[in-house]
Amino acid sequence: MTVTTLPARARYSFGGDEHLFVEISEEMSLPAFFKGMAICNELRRRALPGVTEICPANAAYLVRFDPDVIAPDALLATLEEIEAGLGEADLQMQTRIVEIPVLYNDPWTHETLMRFRERHQDPSSTDIEYAARINGHASVDAFIEAHSSAPWFVSMVGFVAGLPFLFQMVERERQIEVPKYLSPRTDTPRLTLGHGGCFSCIYSVRGAGGYQMFGVTPAPIFDPAQRLSYLKELMVFFRPGDIVKWKPIDRAEYDRRIAEVEAGTFALRIAPVSFSLKEFLADPDGYNQQLLKVLHGD
Amino acid sequence: MAIEVLKPGLATSVQDAGRPGYYNLGIPLSGALDQQSLVLANLLVGNDEGAAVIESTLLGPELQFDAPALVAVTGADAKVKLNGNEMPRNESFAVQAGDKLGFDFMKLGARMCIAVAGGIDVPVVLGSRSTYGLGAFGGFNGRKLLAGDRLPVGTPSARAKPGRSVPAELLPVLAKEVELRVLPGIYFHRLQEVSVRSFFADTWTVGSEADRIGYRYKNGTPLQFLDRKPPFGAGHDPSNIVDAGYPYGSIQVPGGREPIILHRDAVSGGGYAMVGTVISADMDLIAQMQPNHKARFVEVDMARALEARAERRRRLDRLRAALAA
Repeated sequence: MTVTTLPARARYSFGGDEHLFVEISEEMSLPAFFKGMAICNELRRRALPGVTEICPANAAYLVRFDPDVIAPDALLATLEEIEAGLGEADLQMQTRIVEIPVLYNDPWTHETLMRFRERHQDPSSTDIEYAARINGHASVDAFIEAHSSAPWFVSMVGFVAGLPFLFQMVERERQIEVPKYLSPRTDTPRLTLGHGGCFSCIYSVRGAGGYQMFGVTPAPIFDPAQRLSYLKELMVFFRPGDIVKWKPIDRAEYDRRIAEVEAGTFALRIAPVSFSLKEFLADPDGYNQQLLKVLHGD
Repeated sequence: MAIEVLKPGLATSVQDAGRPGYYNLGIPLSGALDQQSLVLANLLVGNDEGAAVIESTLLGPELQFDAPALVAVTGADAKVKLNGNEMPRNESFAVQAGDKLGFDFMKLGARMCIAVAGGIDVPVVLGSRSTYGLGAFGGFNGRKLLAGDRLPVGTPSARAKPGRSVPAELLPVLAKEVELRVLPGIYFHRLQEVSVRSFFADTWTVGSEADRIGYRYKNGTPLQFLDRKPPFGAGHDPSNIVDAGYPYGSIQVPGGREPIILHRDAVSGGGYAMVGTVISADMDLIAQMQPNHKARFVEVDMARALEARAERRRRLDRLRAALAA
């Protein structure tokens, strides 16, 4: 596995008088995400007066604060102290693993990508054919296998409400990389599975987008009306740190799941799990197999 | 009682003091873009200062009241008309059942707060009545107002009375050219020296893409970033970063071309390098900028940002004191 060396110390920079931006690393990696997550979790645990938002994101995190309550330098010193305290210890996290059904190569994203073909790097193929080719896969099926066999981490939730960015838990050499569209589309179907750079995402709402489109999930992930059981607690499903396993489904199963969504009976397979970065890095594939056993209750 | 929307205006929505606490899930603050005008409008009609109001943009709505009410209009400079008769801005006045409230085009400023005693009584979602358009929730049915909407109004307080106003010197000044104070940072170090100079020297013009999410500025010198080997996951353009969180007020420059300042309906993160952040004291000024208004970015340090913040608070405290009597 590629050894990712993080900068010894994160880079701290104030965003005006109300934000502190902290870059763990300029490049994306699981250790960078985990270090940011660990600091954010500890900051949240301390419940400091004046800290109003704690937002982990990929290889950085953002804290919003009220400088009338906590002085900028005091917050900075606290975060540096938390960072120093992490040391070389293993980063562990209690989280959950979730199975998300995906209809790859669906008709709706296909219709959309054909409409915006002139904005694409390769107008003569589809997004998923292009992604398979430039990532060295012999076929679209082989690409779907690579995309859906190893699980992914939700490394950021945002851009718009409830939209998860996901980073695959494999060696860097195996990570799927695709450029964004040359010029963003003005339309993306709701619940599209997209990919740009090294990140996959699920578009939580319909709208503009620049990520390549691979498929669609029947599972709502953001619903202000909170109709499904797993959205009762909050209208947004995903949290940074969630682990996701894509489950390829066919059109018949997709239609069944949509009927369940409409009946209000659709549920996701979700299992609590503890994650150790050290154990994962020692044997990613073996560790992922253990995670999938937890998901399936084996 | 209720207010019926006869004409919605250009971009009119229900907003209050905002919805903090969910930015980590991509749900932004929202709330009135010009918070000073929100506070003033509410205090004029005897509301709590964070109550929900109607925020309108550039062209106000036409509204009809189905019962007597107390109203105040603050923010941008536009003629306020009750049944066609001009009414004062920044002063509470009574309306009767059947009265129609309308507005001329805004001459200066871009947003008005229309407060009604009792506040706009839409449901509270995640702690706020503010509309969040991209998420389609909050406010009235999660969207901008449309003709035919009927907005419920809460119960006025005992402080609600007509003729309440503040001394003119306490009102914010509206202008077509403003200075926006910026704390450089985040990825400022990745700008070339020549661009550091031009960014602060140029006069920037508000483009047509200027809304509650963000303001795009044009007509300045394109910015150049230092060359680099693209970090894994960042993308190849030197203005790209690994997607990260965006502060409110942060200034991103996609492709180095046009700076975009994010406001209270911000997208919470993305892959463009930010070169600095407009200080909190100047965010209300952005809310009042129309397309083609001009801005200069003025570099400040944290000490000056905090002084400006304290000065803004003192100004608000003087407003509160003037209206407490």
